[in-house]
Amino acid sequence: MASLIEKTPAAGLTPLSRGDAVLTEVLPGPITAIMPYGGKDRAVASALKALGLGLPGPNRSVTKGAAACVWTGRGQAFLIGAEPPDGLAGIAALTDQSDAWVVLRLAGPAAEAVLARLVPIDLRAATGFRTGAVARTLLGHMPLVIRRTAAAEFELMTFRSMAAHAVHELDVAMTAVAARG
Amino acid sequence: MRIPCPICGARDRREFYYYGAEDYLDRPGEGADPSAWDDYLHNRANPAGVTRDLWYHDAGCAAWLVVERDTVTHEVLGAELVAGRRAKR
Repeated sequence: MASLIEKTPAAGLTPLSRGDAVLTEVLPGPITAIMPYGGKDRAVASALKALGLGLPGPNRSVTKGAAACVWTGRGQAFLIGAEPPDGLAGIAALTDQSDAWVVLRLAGPAAEAVLARLVPIDLRAATGFRTGAVARTLLGHMPLVIRRTAAAEFELMTFRSMAAHAVHELDVAMTAVAARG
Repeated sequence: MRIPCPICGARDRREFYYYGAEDYLDRPGEGADPSAWDDYLHNRANPAGVTRDLWYHDAGCAAWLVVERDTVTHEVLGAELVAGRRAKR
């Protein structure tokens, strides 16, 4: 039997600190895609109440302690940091996505300016992307789920296979923003 | 070019994948005349003006949209969900 070494998606790539922005890897625990069957949104929301969560609407998330339920597309949300509660069988399709994503936290006063170089949407709190807001969009050319977790902190999720490229792109943007002073 | 996704809000064109004319939503039924299939597969109006096309919000919410736009002015006039449209029928 081969001796396998478990590595995190961004092992050896973070942390990075450039000026007023810091990039770190987040190990969120289990990630489960929840896709409610037709007309079952309410039933799914009430099953998620067992975790103190609910089913977020488009571009929103709900959090409770370390667990979060994050909207990730039409008819789909990700349950992050908790195992799915009982009572979802028969009302929603569930898929385990735990090993599919790299989760990065970009924090600091320069975070918005860094992301403005890579993400084609307006992420400023001043124009509406406040704590708890979520968007499904792009990081450069990579698929992105982005969530504002605090006033100067974002969580970025992209495919695990793209972790090194994502960190590189963020490094370049962080360095450029820092160079402007 | 920005497309007003009914779910995500206004988004840049790079987030979307273009499929083709709205005609693809009206697939002929079983036993339809070959000319109906010819129209469905091949014959397009190609208007200079308002056109309705299918777009997929690939890098966003993963919804199919019918987008109405003007091929002369490049103005985007609106977008609706294909799923909602089907439910109305």
